[in-house]
Amino acid sequence: MKKTILAILMVLPTLASAAGGAHLDKVDYDLHNKESLQHGAKLFVNYCLSCHSAAYQRYNRMAEDIGLTEAQVKSNLMFAAEKTGETMTVALQTEDAKTMFGTKVPDLSVIARARGADWLYTYLRTFHTDESRPFGVNNATFKDVGMPHVLWELEGMKKLINADELQKHPGAAPKFEKISDGKMSAVEYDNAMRDLTAFLVYVGEPAKLVRYELGVWVIFFLVILFLVAYPMKKEFWKDIH
Amino acid sequence: MEMLMNALKGLLGWVDARFPATKLWEEHLSKYYAPKNFNFWYFFGSLALLVLVIQVVTGIFLTMHYKPDATLAFASVEYIMRDVNWGWLIRYMHSTGASAFFIVVYLHMFRGLMYGSFKKPRELIWLFGMFIFLALMAEAFMGYLLPWGQMSYWGAQVIVNLFGAIPFVGEELSIWIRGDYVISDATLNRFFAFHVAAVPLVIIGLVVAHIIALHEVGSNNPDGVEIKKNKGADGIPLDGIPFHPYYTVKDIVGVVVFLMFFAAIMFFGPEMGGYFLEHANFVPADPLKTPEHIAPVWYFTPFYTMLRAVPDPFLGVVAMGAGVVVLAFLPWLDQNPIKSVRYRSALHKLNLALFVAVFVFLGYLGVKSPEPVLSELGLRFSEVYFVFFYVLWFHSKSRDAKFSFMSLIVWVGLFSLNDVARYVEGAGELMMIGWLIPAVYLAVMFLAPLYTNLNAEKAVPERVTG
Repeated sequence: MKKTILAILMVLPTLASAAGGAHLDKVDYDLHNKESLQHGAKLFVNYCLSCHSAAYQRYNRMAEDIGLTEAQVKSNLMFAAEKTGETMTVALQTEDAKTMFGTKVPDLSVIARARGADWLYTYLRTFHTDESRPFGVNNATFKDVGMPHVLWELEGMKKLINADELQKHPGAAPKFEKISDGKMSAVEYDNAMRDLTAFLVYVGEPAKLVRYELGVWVIFFLVILFLVAYPMKKEFWKDIH
Repeated sequence: MEMLMNALKGLLGWVDARFPATKLWEEHLSKYYAPKNFNFWYFFGSLALLVLVIQVVTGIFLTMHYKPDATLAFASVEYIMRDVNWGWLIRYMHSTGASAFFIVVYLHMFRGLMYGSFKKPRELIWLFGMFIFLALMAEAFMGYLLPWGQMSYWGAQVIVNLFGAIPFVGEELSIWIRGDYVISDATLNRFFAFHVAAVPLVIIGLVVAHIIALHEVGSNNPDGVEIKKNKGADGIPLDGIPFHPYYTVKDIVGVVVFLMFFAAIMFFGPEMGGYFLEHANFVPADPLKTPEHIAPVWYFTPFYTMLRAVPDPFLGVVAMGAGVVVLAFLPWLDQNPIKSVRYRSALHKLNLALFVAVFVFLGYLGVKSPEPVLSELGLRFSEVYFVFFYVLWFHSKSRDAKFSFMSLIVWVGLFSLNDVARYVEGAGELMMIGWLIPAVYLAVMFLAPLYTNLNAEKAVPERVTG
C-alpha cells in the first residue's frame, strides 16, 4: 500500500518534466553569430552534403542569411549544384543508400526541428568504436544508427567505457576514452559541432533569424494600440453603472 | 459636406427599401441590448469569432501554395515556410490560430458552465455551440493531416482506425473514410476538401445560427438575471446597454490584449514546446515506420485519455464520444433554477473547480505514455469526469438522505464492479488507492449536503449587480 502511494507521489513531480530518453548535452549556440553559421555551413557541405540533402534550402538564400556573397558560396560551398538558386540536393539515390547504410538517408532540412539542437549536438559527439557494427562505430545517443563516423578525421576515435552503466540507466551520460587523435582538439571539435548544430537550426527555420525582432515590433504596436483602445473604452463607459 | 451626407442617406434609403441593412444593424448591434455587467469571461465569444476570421483568411492564403498530394504536401509546407513571401508568418498564424481556437472555445464553454448560460431559454444556443465544437474538432483533425508529417499520418491512422472498432460496419466504414486501406493520397485529398470547403461552411453556418439564437433570447450575464424582466417605460431593459458602441469598444480592448498573447506565441515560440507543433511532425510521413509514441495534439488529449481508459476498443470509442456528447445534455442535467455560480452553493463551486482540474489533468495524461500509474489515474479521473454530470443533476435541488446514500452506493458500486472485472494479480494496491479518487469525490458531493451547510445557496438579486 505504502509503496503504491509512494509510486503515485513519485510520479507527480516528474509530471512537469518530459520523460526519459538518452542523456543530452546542452548546446549554447548563437544564430546571430554569422561566423559560427558560416563555419557550420562549411562543415555541412564538406561532411554531410555528400549523403544527406537539405532539399528545401536554397544556396542563395543561405548566402544572404549567413552573410556571404553568392560568388563566395559558389566557389567555396557549392559542390553539388550548378546554380545558386538550386536547393541542396545530393546525387545519392535512395536505393544505393539502402545497400550502403541499410536505410535511406534522411533529408536534413528540418532535422533540427524534429530532433532539437541539444540532440544533434550530443549525437555528433557520441560516436564510438563498436566492432559489432558494419562500419565499426556506434553512437551512444542513437544506438545502432546506420551512419558511419564521417567526422572521425576531425575528432579522432574514442571508445565507450561505461556501456554497462548505460545499459542500466539509459539516461546516464556516456563516458569515452580517446583511442586516436584527430585534427581537432576536444574543445575545437565541440565548438565545431556547436557551429554545425547552429547551422542546422538555421536551415530548419530560416525565418527564425527575423521572427524574434519582428515580434518585438508587433507587440510594441499592440501596446500602443492598447493605450488608445483602453481610454476609448473608459470614455464610452463613464456613464454606465 | 452636407450634400455628401444627403447623398449617403439617400443611398442607404435606397438599400433599405431593398435589403434590411439598417434593420440588421440595429437588431444585432446598435439596438441589441446586452447586460451591462459582462466581465472578463465574456470576451471569449467575440475572440472566437476573431480566431475564426484569422483561420479563414490565413487558410485561403495557405491554399494558394499548399499541394494536397502525398508526394508534395510536406515539401509544399516547407516551401511556404521558406520561399513564399511572409509564408512562415501566415503558416504560424494558422497553426497558432488552431490551438488558440480551442483555448478560446474551452474558456467560452466554461463561461457558459459557470453562469448557467445553457439553461432555459438558451438551450438551443448551447446546442448550436456544441455542434460548432464538434465541427471544430473535425476541422482541426483533418487540417492536422495536411502537413503530412509523421504525427499527421499516424494520428490520422489511429483516429480513423477507431471507427473500425464499431461492430459489423466498422471495417467498411473506416475504409470508406480513408478511401483506401491505409491513410494515403486519397485520404489526404478528401481531408483537404473537407478542411478547406465543407467543414468551414458548416462552421460559419452554425456560428450564424448560434448568434441569431443568442440575439433572439438575449445574453445571459454573470448574475444569471434575466434583464428583459426589468424594462423601462421605453421597453428597453433597465440593465441593458446597446452592444454598439459599448461592447464593440470593450471587445476591441479584449482583441488587442488577446493579440498580444497570440503574437507572443507566434513570434517567440510557435511550437509551444512541441504542443502546438509537434516535433515528430517535422519528419515526413512514413507509412512503414510507426513513431514510438503517438500523441494527439493537446486539445484532443482529455478525450484521448478517456479512450485509453477503456481496454475494449469499441467501448473506448463510445467513452470518448460520450465525453464530448454528454456536454450537449447540460441544459437538461443541471436543472437548478439558479443560473450563476455566484449564487450557487459552495459545494457547487467546488464541483466546478474540480471538473476543470480533472479536465486539465485528463489532457495532461493524454500526452503521456500510458504507464500503469498514469493509466490508473486516467481511468479514475475519467470516472470522475462522467459522474460529474450526475452530480450536477443531483445538485439541482435538495435531496433526502435515502436518495443521497442510494446514489453513493450505486455509483461507487458500479466503479467497484468494474474494478472486480478488471482485477489482475498484483494490480490490487494501485486499484484500491485509485478507487479512493471517485469514492471520495462522490462521498463529498452526495453527503456534504446532509451533514454540512456547504450546499447553502444565496438569494439571487432582482437586478444585475455591478
